[in-house]
Amino acid sequence: MTELPDGRYVDDEPFDPKANIQALERRDLDAPNRVLVWRKFKQHKLGLVSGIFLLFCYLILPFVGFVAPYTANERNSDYLYAPPQSVHLLHEGKFIGPFVYPTVAEADLVTFQWKFVTDTTRPMPLQFFCEGSDYHLAGLIPSNRHLFCAPEGATVFLWGSDRLGRDVFSRILYGAQLSLTVGLIGISVSFFLGIGFGSIAGYFGGKIDWVINRVIEILRSLPELPLWLALSAAVPSNWGPVAVFFIISIILGILDWPGLARSVRAKFLSLREEEYVRAAEMMGASSGRVIRKHLLPNFMSHLIASATLSIPAMILGETALSFLGLGLRAPAVSWGVMLNDAQNLASIEIYPWTAIPMLPIIVVVLAFNFLGDGLRDSLDPYAD
Amino acid sequence: MSILRYAVYRFGTMLLTLLVVSALIFLIINLPPGDYLSNQIAELRASGQSAGVAKAEFLRKEYALDRPLWQQYLIWIGFIPGPQGFSGLIQGDFGWSFEFDRPVADIVGESLWLTVLVNLAAVLFVYLVALPLGVLAAARSKTWVDYTSAFVGYLGLATPNFLLALIMFYYGHKYFDLPIGGLMDPIYEGQPMTWDKAKSILIHLIVPTFVIGTSGAAAMMQRLRANMLDELGKPYVETAIAKGMSPPRMLAKYPLRMAFNPFVADIGNLLPSMVSGSVLVSVVLGLQTIGPTLLTALKTQDQFLAGFVLMFVALLTLVGTMISDLLLVLLDPRIRYEGRDA
Repeated sequence: MTELPDGRYVDDEPFDPKANIQALERRDLDAPNRVLVWRKFKQHKLGLVSGIFLLFCYLILPFVGFVAPYTANERNSDYLYAPPQSVHLLHEGKFIGPFVYPTVAEADLVTFQWKFVTDTTRPMPLQFFCEGSDYHLAGLIPSNRHLFCAPEGATVFLWGSDRLGRDVFSRILYGAQLSLTVGLIGISVSFFLGIGFGSIAGYFGGKIDWVINRVIEILRSLPELPLWLALSAAVPSNWGPVAVFFIISIILGILDWPGLARSVRAKFLSLREEEYVRAAEMMGASSGRVIRKHLLPNFMSHLIASATLSIPAMILGETALSFLGLGLRAPAVSWGVMLNDAQNLASIEIYPWTAIPMLPIIVVVLAFNFLGDGLRDSLDPYAD
Repeated sequence: MSILRYAVYRFGTMLLTLLVVSALIFLIINLPPGDYLSNQIAELRASGQSAGVAKAEFLRKEYALDRPLWQQYLIWIGFIPGPQGFSGLIQGDFGWSFEFDRPVADIVGESLWLTVLVNLAAVLFVYLVALPLGVLAAARSKTWVDYTSAFVGYLGLATPNFLLALIMFYYGHKYFDLPIGGLMDPIYEGQPMTWDKAKSILIHLIVPTFVIGTSGAAAMMQRLRANMLDELGKPYVETAIAKGMSPPRMLAKYPLRMAFNPFVADIGNLLPSMVSGSVLVSVVLGLQTIGPTLLTALKTQDQFLAGFVLMFVALLTLVGTMISDLLLVLLDPRIRYEGRDA
């Protein structure tokens, strides 16, 4: 690189005027598919940001106990329906690091509600890496260390507290563990069934195809939610929260597979006529091997994109079921269970912060949608 | 194949589907162990009230709950005679609700057509909103109109609609003085239809329609926009512009017609999700549709009531899908269906 006197930069490489500027570089032509996909995906800024955000969300799941200042079912009976507190940095113009003002609950004898009075004369700095209530890191390692917690004599309810005085912020973090994994388990079930039935129908055709196709049509024409309701009403109420959680996600998956199976079948119908399939069959490959090794890899990426797009529906489904009291039940914590508290207009009006769990739902669902769109656009790197 | 023959064929497949669906629904409802009456009997025994037990035992016999499941199903549908002879769904006997101790037909009564009304209003809303917005977003693609509608559309898809319902109710009441809850003023409940009652229902319909329709409208809008964009790139559009056609006229005359087919066909996907959405929203908003009835019936294992409501919801969906298929054939004579000699 040479800098000219007038401030421009000129490349020192020899210039070949005859070279074809349209020709792709050898490097690009030989690049493996995933490099090309990644290169194209990077251009889809919204998808990239959403992907990073979701990755961060899922990575943090095992460590929510550390990040959250309280545990999920820890009650503060002195602070029922406490409004959100903000973390300040400056007290009377002086910087003293992150701190909160202590609040005191007072009974309001006119409205019969607790009124929370903030004492703005005493800043109380937050403690970091402090000892608090016990939890299990990643569900295994017992610990009581928290990233931050309230100083003695004060509380830190970033997003307020609920009916029983539990911290909404901490509960949202704990709720993410269930709400975010419901989609993953459900989609695995749906993937398994969808690919299984779809490929059998598409590859073998004939009677099997007809039967599977009718089943798909019937399931697709049914309104999902009443069926979800009916199926989850069938879950015995004496089962533990973990069992209910698995059953709910499996139910969500069982009703989701027909869409996937249909697209798999359509692809198989066209792909099974390809020459490489005939070649593989002639060399004695079994049907299972042809399906797994020769056909499925062809459009696995498309399947992943469509799976990404159907996870949001499952997250919303879990929320709806739990909201109605047919899905997860307390003491399990999920976003839907939390929203159960915000079920009536009174709480929306008087305690609007109990509806805060809807924000993470909206954000996560949007992120999955954007990520799915980005993946879908970039999975075929050879298309223009 | 003439349209009439196709309609008959389509109606036949619908009936068959409905039959399979009924078996599925019956199975699902009977998944939980026990039934309403045996639970009640156990409860009565536990509390030592033997008087009620006899009645419950009698009802169990009366409704054939002591027979094997497959017989119960056939009796419920009306294929084989039950204790009172043929009296199943096809004979118009919807069964008995144990929870309310009244015939199912009495309980659902008015809520059936209110359910249809709510869903129809929502479908209309979807079309009325999605059509102009989708076309506008495509015609002014990559401008603020496009971005705004895309943003609103995404938000509509991502917000759980029961929450949207609560928020809309709150703000609708606060700023526009819209009524809260229900589908009509309580004074009109159970009254014969009058002009005032119709007006009250219309006003109460605003929020539910909006809430149920939003996500459907968002999805529909995005699809219409994509279809329109495909069409707008084609040479005939360029020709029309070159000949000096005004843009609105050109849009309406050519690309819109092409993009319209999937729009109608889509109702098959739209309807199931809207009907499900309306059940949920009705529960939250306390509408007098069959949604809340379904929820209580499912929770108390009131099997005939739950079964009938689920069947009705499925029927609503299937009929809607059939109408959309027929409309599609009317709209596009090029579409052919199996049944004709290939």
